[in-house]
Amino acid sequence: MGMALLEVRDLSVVFRRRGEEPTIAVDNISFDVEPGQTVGLVGESGCGKSVTSLAIMGLLPSRGAEVSGSVTFEGKELLGLSQRQLDERRGRDLGMVFQDPLSSLNPVVPIGVQIAEVLERHRKLSRKDANAEAAELLNRVGIPDPNRRLDEYPHQLSGGMRQRALIAIALACRPRLLIADEPTTALDVTIQAQILSLLAELVSGTDTALIMITHDLGVVAGLCDEVNVMYGGRIVERAQRHALFAEPRHPYTHGLLASIPRLDAPRGEKLVPIRGSVVDNIAWSRGCAFAPRCPNQLEQCWTDPPELVEDRGGMLRCHNPVEVAPLAAEGAR
Amino acid sequence: MLQLALVVVVLSVLIFGWLRMLPGGPVSALLGDRGTAESRAELTEALGLNDPIFVQYFAFLGRAITGDFGTSTGVSPGKPAMELFLERFPATIELSIAAILIALIGAIPLGYLAARRRGGWLDNAGVVGSMIGISIPIFFLAFLLKYFLSIKLGWLPTGGRQSPDIDATRVTGFFVLDGLLTREWDAAWDALKHLLLPALALASIPFAVIFRITRASVLDVMDEDYVRTARSKGLTRRIIRDRHILRNAMLPVVTTVGLQTGALLSGAVLTETVFSWQGVGQALAIGFERKDFPVLQVVIIAAAMAYVLVNLLVDLSYAVIDPRIRTAQKVS
Repeated sequence: MGMALLEVRDLSVVFRRRGEEPTIAVDNISFDVEPGQTVGLVGESGCGKSVTSLAIMGLLPSRGAEVSGSVTFEGKELLGLSQRQLDERRGRDLGMVFQDPLSSLNPVVPIGVQIAEVLERHRKLSRKDANAEAAELLNRVGIPDPNRRLDEYPHQLSGGMRQRALIAIALACRPRLLIADEPTTALDVTIQAQILSLLAELVSGTDTALIMITHDLGVVAGLCDEVNVMYGGRIVERAQRHALFAEPRHPYTHGLLASIPRLDAPRGEKLVPIRGSVVDNIAWSRGCAFAPRCPNQLEQCWTDPPELVEDRGGMLRCHNPVEVAPLAAEGAR
Repeated sequence: MLQLALVVVVLSVLIFGWLRMLPGGPVSALLGDRGTAESRAELTEALGLNDPIFVQYFAFLGRAITGDFGTSTGVSPGKPAMELFLERFPATIELSIAAILIALIGAIPLGYLAARRRGGWLDNAGVVGSMIGISIPIFFLAFLLKYFLSIKLGWLPTGGRQSPDIDATRVTGFFVLDGLLTREWDAAWDALKHLLLPALALASIPFAVIFRITRASVLDVMDEDYVRTARSKGLTRRIIRDRHILRNAMLPVVTTVGLQTGALLSGAVLTETVFSWQGVGQALAIGFERKDFPVLQVVIIAAAMAYVLVNLLVDLSYAVIDPRIRTAQKVS
């Protein structure tokens, strides 16, 4: 195994507030991202996927959030770097696209400046060259009439345009790694597909790796090479995209797939929601956090936390995985 | 502009009526206890106080439009009220500008630092200090400053705008500026020393208010998503501070500065009295004591106009800082 672009090892994030029990948001997760690869982090709200991305970027608040483990990027440890050292890498080697494009752009600064400032900072371009480059970037992300847009403010752009502008900012310095945190959640459905295909187009054929954070398996299906399914702060299943959709092994993954509508499903087939919600979780220290909601639960699940072990070419954390793959079986019928 | 005209007209009616409802009146103030019935009647007639009040008002309004606000009866008897006002106005402006500059230059950086180091010693000291600054009566603070720094330590003059032994050339009526323009450095330095204590006393409330607003506003802005975006871009601390935090955090501060500048006149009445500062605040205080209607009217109406103008400027500057307001105006 060669050295990955990003190696996350035993990453944990614990939030401590005075007078409250500490919350474990991310619990000992490990994964790799190879150059040019697109990796999905999938799960419901509160499963720790966004916190993972913020921990990698060093963007968690310095007070109250306790980060442990290791995150190496191109062989260099990122955790424990000072903000100043991180600032050399953020925006240049690591870019990030956020969920809500309106609140993520500064309302009182023109779009052009918000793109050009990254180029001035990391590529030491002059204001003039940076502006020209910013217009070129806007063009690349599909914003028409880029020279006029440079002087406009975020409120003058549509939601989709704003997300395109944020992508232009994140990709301005051609980072080795792009993290997209639910980049389409705040957008109209018609725009979502456009933004996804734009992201796919921008990273394919380059060696820019992409971590796609989403709760939407539809996004994963179109984009990711490898998928990590997270539950309760831990990775419960890791598989290649096709394997995951064809044969989901973890009951949670299976439930996620069964709860989204499919065009190729037989007419009249009912959607099966996952029972309960994340508030039903039990602590991983006592057993499997998903046990209270799991249709496959065993006696053992309530007392014996499962380990993440190799399973059919991927990784799985489950005592009683799904054996048959009904979706694939139906598809093959 | 319509707003300005409306404010002035309504206020002139109110102030005209209210002043004449006060017990006493200019006749008693001028003649004191020794006035005989005849002399009182004579003076009342001479001042036009026997006419019905609306006749008096319209006579006043008609003259006021031409800039004639009548003749001072108490502050400086015999001098046209407008002339007295124009003489004293630069003194108050100088004092107010000095006070607001002290407040801005001191309170905005402190408010920013307090927010960045929330819960640190500077933050705690600032929050407590600003509470004291807001609640301490201005005249008490003015007396404290005067007592310790001028009388006990003798570092600064106790009052006035310029030492009598300095023969300064007058250009603008702003003494410090005059000294700089005419290159009379000793006069400028002397005027600055006179200015310092009253300006400090007058700055106390705006300083405290601007500190608190800046601190709260910066705390809000630091949690915004776009600041996180700025950090994800690896920008330098200076650019994150100036372009992404302060530019947004200044919006509420600008509004406050406008309101505080307008409110300076009430503080100026007290400060000018304590430091014998020959401004309109002092004229207002003396005018009330001596029931000098013409002087009170011109000062109060001018103060109201200044207040409206300052807030008009604030609205305009708001549109400069916040592009969202600019486009809204273009559309409408």
